[in-house]
Amino acid sequence: MIVLLIALGAAVGAPLRYLTDRAVQARHHSPLPWGTLTVNVAGSLLLGAVAAVPADPALTALVGTGFCGALTTWSTLSYETLRLTRDGNRHLALGYALGSLLAGLGAAWVGYALTHAVTG
Amino acid sequence: MTTPPPEHRVDPDVDLRVPADRGELTAHPAAVLGAISAGGVLGALARAGLQAAFPHPATGFPWATFGINVAGCLLIGALMAVVTGRRTGPLVRPFLGVGVLGGFTTFSTYAVDAQRLLAAGAAGTALAYLAVTLVGALLAVGAGDAVTTRLLARGART
Repeated sequence: MIVLLIALGAAVGAPLRYLTDRAVQARHHSPLPWGTLTVNVAGSLLLGAVAAVPADPALTALVGTGFCGALTTWSTLSYETLRLTRDGNRHLALGYALGSLLAGLGAAWVGYALTHAVTG
Repeated sequence: MTTPPPEHRVDPDVDLRVPADRGELTAHPAAVLGAISAGGVLGALARAGLQAAFPHPATGFPWATFGINVAGCLLIGALMAVVTGRRTGPLVRPFLGVGVLGGFTTFSTYAVDAQRLLAAGAAGTALAYLAVTLVGALLAVGAGDAVTTRLLARGART
């Protein structure tokens, strides 16, 4: 059952990352990968919220491990940072990696705090 | 078989400056989204299996997720060296890159684990985890790319 819920969450999360990335990237021309940053921050916010509710194995598997896990990605983030560096955008690459880290951490904290405040 | 010119790509998931990426969703929407979805399921299940096999205490270093993310970064470097340097099938990048490796690695668990370590008062472990993953991921993706590019060049000469 848990395995099926993880699979279901990931089956939606991975293509949603791709579609979100396409939609965001079509709306700007800067070299910064805003699409990946969007999914990583949104996924961290949602997982932060999931972490704030009392542990429920089914919810954690479906939304946490499956959906948020597949929606967000380290492989894409690291490759983009490598390519930005190779393109000569060293400062942008460093800013992107560190910015992702801080934004993700902040989003996880906001998701956790908001949910905790609402649910008590 | 001729080697296509190297792509100017930043985003391995989908880069709209790469003509093949731009057109793939209109050309084969069901195949592309299906490949990403199936790959994502495989990657996520592999990640969940490893995390279940190597659990970490609330204030401990999340070694499983660290290893998963660094390994995924090594593999995306290798995969994209092949995809950008060789002619590959239209579903190779969607399935293996966007799906399997995107689903295997996770940024949300990284962020939330670090946040929970900070909240639990384990600031040292949290900062070490944040920094070591960042450095490990970037070294791994560079190594995966460099080694694979060298192997491909050697293969092309012989």
